[in-house]
Amino acid sequence: MRLNDLLNQTSEWLKATGTESEIVMSSRVRFARNIKGLAFSHWADEKQKKEILTKTKQALLKNKYLNNSLFLVMDELNDLDKQFLVERHLISRELTADGGCKAVDVSEKELFSIMINEEDHLRLQVMRSGLELKESLRLLDKLDSELRRNFDYACNSKWGYLTACPTNVGTGMRASVMIHLPALVMTKRIGKVLESIGRINLAVRGLYGEGTEASGNFFQISNQITLGHSEQELVDDIDRVIKQVVEYEKGARELLLKNSRHQLEDEIWRAYGILTNARIVSSLEAIGLLSAIRLGVNLSIINKVDIKSINELFITTQPAHLQKIEGKDLNPQERDLKRGDLLRDKLK
Amino acid sequence: MLCDICHKKQASIHVTEIINGEVKELHICDTCARAKGMIKSSKNFGLADFLAGLTDFGIAPKDAGELEDFDLKCPACGLSFEDFKRIGRLGCAECYDAFEKGLAPLLRKIHGSNRHAGNMPKEANKDSKTAEEAGSIDELEEKLEVAIKNEEFEEAARLRDIIRGKKKKKI
Repeated sequence: MRLNDLLNQTSEWLKATGTESEIVMSSRVRFARNIKGLAFSHWADEKQKKEILTKTKQALLKNKYLNNSLFLVMDELNDLDKQFLVERHLISRELTADGGCKAVDVSEKELFSIMINEEDHLRLQVMRSGLELKESLRLLDKLDSELRRNFDYACNSKWGYLTACPTNVGTGMRASVMIHLPALVMTKRIGKVLESIGRINLAVRGLYGEGTEASGNFFQISNQITLGHSEQELVDDIDRVIKQVVEYEKGARELLLKNSRHQLEDEIWRAYGILTNARIVSSLEAIGLLSAIRLGVNLSIINKVDIKSINELFITTQPAHLQKIEGKDLNPQERDLKRGDLLRDKLK
Repeated sequence: MLCDICHKKQASIHVTEIINGEVKELHICDTCARAKGMIKSSKNFGLADFLAGLTDFGIAPKDAGELEDFDLKCPACGLSFEDFKRIGRLGCAECYDAFEKGLAPLLRKIHGSNRHAGNMPKEANKDSKTAEEAGSIDELEEKLEVAIKNEEFEEAARLRDIIRGKKKKKI
């Protein structure tokens, strides 16, 4: 597989096939792993980093879950391609920094992605559509079991998997769910919901993970702690909380339909009207209006587009995607024009 | 001091790298560091912020003082406890042993526990069992006392059960 092949396919997690996928966009589980006897990537010297890259690459290439995967050495990519991978949620921003023998292996349907020499030697990730944390954990466990035949992981019985940052030690697992909560935002109930989530050891972040603001009414909810509970317990906790939040969102949607249907329909159709006609659309404007259209499709107010196409547009209207589709570098003004073209084309 | 990358803004981040014995110093402004992915936004749940602030977690500054006492270096990778406090990252798996005293309370504060309860590769599990089963009751009781002193009650309960099991076997 080649990098540009990704342009012609839809990531698994955008397909809206999973449980509660109207509200839950995606589920992601990530394991941090390090090979025994080698310094953690940020502290390792160049020779060791190369050794980490060589060892992990060999192991990944023969992993049966990664047949025909896309193995990319980060220093061989230009900035645009790196940004493109970030936008697809295949790599973290940290992996785009120069040097350090960094690499990523992406499975054929973008179900798995494995980062090498990020903060830890290996960051294994699985991402699926809808609320599928338990299934995601099961899949990642399989990939991990296959991988650990190749080397011993750094771990001990007291503190579990040893990671560069003590905030990941233990299970080394971060499970997160990306959830779309427009009705809770509109009814101004979101504050209370997020506040109570924060109180129970779960973290809330924006669309692009750490350090990003929530945009388009998307929120990422993940486990804050990694030590002292089993993977299954941590996943069950998030699962339980998300199910509750989904119910709140459904309740808020019903309330809007009952009490302010006209205003709701107006907001959704205005969003549709703008995006099917506007010539210049910024990234932030697109996300906000797509969020309203997404709600409209979910509530069967709009039937002209399907939810998968809307999900895809959240990603394909991002700067690097627009430039990859166009096949050349675009300045911000050109991108806003191109974004308008793409949205009119896909939404009509 | 101006930023080594953009040469415009004041440098706020100072990095010392030692590669093959050669010391390299780099002074970077906040914007460039962010652009290069060297630091994350302040919303990040990172240990550097954690150690610098400790406030997000409702931990009084006196607890941070506990970490001051360690003038240690990891024998395997050379990272000092000072380095760890500065960068918020450990250097290698052996650091966890070298800094165990300092890390145990810290992990407890971060995670509310300092004992792993999740999956382990089979081989590692086996090793740890034999180590503890081989330990004498006296040794275990000593560990239990330390655990109670440190208010590590989960760990204490675990040790208590092992000791009970051993005593039963003896009878």
